[in-house]
Amino acid sequence: MAAKDSTFLGWPVLRQLATGDFLGRGAAATSRRTREQQPRTVTADRVVQSVCPYCAVGCGQKVFVSDEKVVQIEGDQDSPISRGRLCPKGAASEQLVNSPTRQTHVLYRAPGATEFTRMDRDEALDMVADRFVESRARTWQDHDEHGRPLRRTMGIASLGGATLDNEENYLIKKLFTAAGAIQIENQARI
Amino acid sequence: MANADCIIIQGSNMAECHPVGFQWVTEAKARGARVIHVDPRFTRTSAIADTHVPIRAGTDVVLLGALINHVLSNELYFHDYVVAYTNAATLVSDNFRDTEDLDGVFSGFDPETGTYDPSSWSYAERAAPPGPSPRAGGPAGEAVSGDGEIEGAGGDEQGSARRARAGGQEHGAAGPSLEHANVVRDESLQHPRSVFQILKRHYARYTPEMVRDVCGIPVEQFHEVARALTENSGRERTTCFAYALGWTQHSLGAQFIRTAAILQLLMGNMGRPGGGIMALRGHASIQGSTDIPTLFNILPGYLPMPIVGEHDTWQDYLDHISSPLQKGFWTEAPSYTASLLKAWWGEAATADNNFCYDYLPRLTGAHGTYQTVLAMLDDEVEGYFVLGQNPAVGSAHGSMQRKAMTHLKWLVVRDFQLIESATFWKDSPEIATGELRTEDIDTEVFFFPAANHVEKAGTFTQTQRMLQWRHQAVRPPNDAQSELDFFYDLGVRIRQRLAGSTDERDRPLLDLTWDYPTDEHGEVDGAAVLKEINGYHLTGEHAGELLDSFSQMRPDGSTSGGCWIYTGVFAGGVNRSANRVPGADQDEVAHEWGWAWPLNRRILYNRASADPEGRPWSERKAYVWWDEETRRWTGKDIPDFPIDRDPSFRPDPDVGGPAAIAGDDPFIMQADGKGWLFAPKGMVDGPLPTHYEAQESPVANPLYTQQSNPSRLVYPRKDNLWSPSGDEPGADVYPYVFTTYRLTEHHTAGGMSRWLPYLSELQPEMFCEVSPELAAERGLTNGDWATIISARSAIEARVLVTERMQPLTIQGHTVHQIGLPYHWGVGADAVVEGDGANDLLGIVLDPNVQIQESKVGSCDIQPGRRPRGEALLRLVADYQSRSGTTSETGNARLTEGDR
Repeated sequence: MAAKDSTFLGWPVLRQLATGDFLGRGAAATSRRTREQQPRTVTADRVVQSVCPYCAVGCGQKVFVSDEKVVQIEGDQDSPISRGRLCPKGAASEQLVNSPTRQTHVLYRAPGATEFTRMDRDEALDMVADRFVESRARTWQDHDEHGRPLRRTMGIASLGGATLDNEENYLIKKLFTAAGAIQIENQARI
Repeated sequence: MANADCIIIQGSNMAECHPVGFQWVTEAKARGARVIHVDPRFTRTSAIADTHVPIRAGTDVVLLGALINHVLSNELYFHDYVVAYTNAATLVSDNFRDTEDLDGVFSGFDPETGTYDPSSWSYAERAAPPGPSPRAGGPAGEAVSGDGEIEGAGGDEQGSARRARAGGQEHGAAGPSLEHANVVRDESLQHPRSVFQILKRHYARYTPEMVRDVCGIPVEQFHEVARALTENSGRERTTCFAYALGWTQHSLGAQFIRTAAILQLLMGNMGRPGGGIMALRGHASIQGSTDIPTLFNILPGYLPMPIVGEHDTWQDYLDHISSPLQKGFWTEAPSYTASLLKAWWGEAATADNNFCYDYLPRLTGAHGTYQTVLAMLDDEVEGYFVLGQNPAVGSAHGSMQRKAMTHLKWLVVRDFQLIESATFWKDSPEIATGELRTEDIDTEVFFFPAANHVEKAGTFTQTQRMLQWRHQAVRPPNDAQSELDFFYDLGVRIRQRLAGSTDERDRPLLDLTWDYPTDEHGEVDGAAVLKEINGYHLTGEHAGELLDSFSQMRPDGSTSGGCWIYTGVFAGGVNRSANRVPGADQDEVAHEWGWAWPLNRRILYNRASADPEGRPWSERKAYVWWDEETRRWTGKDIPDFPIDRDPSFRPDPDVGGPAAIAGDDPFIMQADGKGWLFAPKGMVDGPLPTHYEAQESPVANPLYTQQSNPSRLVYPRKDNLWSPSGDEPGADVYPYVFTTYRLTEHHTAGGMSRWLPYLSELQPEMFCEVSPELAAERGLTNGDWATIISARSAIEARVLVTERMQPLTIQGHTVHQIGLPYHWGVGADAVVEGDGANDLLGIVLDPNVQIQESKVGSCDIQPGRRPRGEALLRLVADYQSRSGTTSETGNARLTEGDR
């Protein structure tokens, strides 16, 4: 189409006739700039099949990636559940990935502090592991008052899982149960 | 749903909360289906529906109970289905007393503990005098199941016995065990103790006039709904119900759903195309996080967590889950449990040590999220992980949630953005009122950035039990990581710290199988975890191969599998959750897209889609049927039934397990193979749903002296006060009903929506919906501010005056309802902020599932913004004082009166 612009074939009247846009309100009237624009979905390096992260309908998503960046997320027409459709949340999920306020660093707030400070992830993980082991030891319950085994801690709790993967929930339940932490809950209780 | 002839959406605003799923409702409508929407508000779901039925929040049992009464009295139920496939014909113990006999409570209630002993609800036994079943421990053959009762501190401050029940979920996916399936039946349905006659008597007073007086629904409209249901059920037609949190978030929420289940069984709509009850769940993997539970009371696959005093030994535990003499697949629980323990403790788990059963921690009561928050306030919890959830905004009683977190020593928040649960220590409403001071809060807070759904590979399980694999599109930025990587890494570090420990308590962590393959970036391979969940053959010629079905699991330690209901997702070594044959290239059941548990069956109990002889009830509704030639079940779906079980097969009455499933027992997970109209066990607050008013209600219960569910879990505290209800003095201080809900453009507590510019622009501000009549009564102006005051808190919202809210006439009085979306929260970081509706709520829980009552409460509304600072506390205190509420108000289990 662009090549035609430089010849007489690009003349508006001819374009009107050629495209059937006799009133000149459609394709014939578009500017060269508009015609040369391409959807991000065409220039993407790859398209990855995914699933919408909001409600539990499970709509199919197609994730368009360029230069290792997510450039667009659209409905997946192949999905027999959603047939290509997304609601406003699913359609906005590209912003979930690329939000300017998204946090990508570990933050730490010390007791009594008025602000967060950035912390190295490795250091933070070590601190959490230390606290986990200490709290577990401090709050350990071996037996109840009748001598029956409890083998647990009531000092460590967790909330969340309904937004996470099955594999993640599995590791969380497995690790916490082995550690004796039983107050493991998620949105299904809300 | 597209195959339904009538769809009744009740307790859900599907068009706005599940908009893409709603296309199947519109498709059904285009094919001629009737669509009915029952809801306090007129919403976009109502706009598409043929009929909108406004209802007073919390009264659904009356409407559904009246429909049950209607179909029983007028013989409009599906007779052949009811006789063959439900327990209608089964006789119940003559010790059973109904709420109709005891003015609102069933037999077996203990007012001291607020709990029921359900033994009088049991089935009458064959070849023995009818009576309560014996409760024996002893050898396996004699074992009696538990009933969900657990003892211990459940956070209940009232009563000396301090007992709480974790409820029905303990029984697993399909109800509790029975000692055997040796029941007495009267197929004429005439015996006065038959379930059918009990049901008839129980609902006899649930009349159209009662519906009018309790729900506010006109008699003609009741008949319109009844006609739509009955004309669209039977051999040729099916009706589908759909619900969401509008049914679950009540002090008798589980019983709301039970009422619909009874109705759908009576109408023959279970296990059939276009039938059933669709639970519309709100999170991408909330089904998955229940199947593989991050929940206190269950292990993967709905196996119970062990309870002290009930499951002290491995044998106690197995006996609790099922008796070998009951019918169905729960008798195989020893195989499922042994395989789970082998997956977790590998070589260390042997038959000699009961597969490390004693490594499992024990429950002593209900340890749900609300009990945990109360324990935090008592300084019993030191550390708390908050993972992709925002309790400061999303849980009931926001103020209590936030204050509880200030009692922690350390808090880990993993999310994409700085949600209110991560920043409450500096910008919560309690800082503004002066109740909290940042410098005084000693909680250490760790914020870890999370990877999102396109930055990791794994499965979500959607609302119809379907697992769908997501491929990783890009790597997470900077320090962001998945929960898979975070918890794997945390586990490695915890185990390093305990390495070499000789303390018995550390063995479960040190013996844990915790060795997952990682890629070149150190990211854990999610497929390896899914394979562990699927399970392996561990010995024999197939050792090392993945299992194809849970039926291959063995109780002797020769198989592993982290969640038996998910076994088969890797059948043949292929990740079936990643199946993506386009919908256009398949039939409408679409088996080649994703994988649904169990074993890729898309409609549960689908043997009920055929008649007792195995023929489709009608050509129009043919789905699964018996093929005489091949002597197998076949059809459009994978049969949810033993594949070669002849419809005429009748088992030896002394046999149990899958072998005891008769050819006409479609409900293969139920202990007697039948759909339960009457629940002899499993529901802790009654074998039949009964109407009780909500914890806060403007009216007295017209059916019984008993005002509210006597088994509901109450927490009498000064920071958890209730409005007086009904005729009690002070009830008029909080004269209006409020109900909370969601919008299309936001997601629960806003963590994944209020930080997104697109969505924040579409729904920028907290608002309340009021009727023109209420606006006139209180002087509220559309677009201006209003303050809503409950017995816990006061919030402000923009006023939306709309006819979508309709005043109801209840027993001659006008009842106004106010609609409140709950997505906003107070904080400094989101694109849009606002007061949180959940701050208005108190904590009262359904006793079966420990879910809070957040769909109905009492409030006042006044024009103008709420006071700032300490003045806000004074406003709330002034209302409390005028209403005369104390920590006793609303918390009596039994309502005093002439009983």
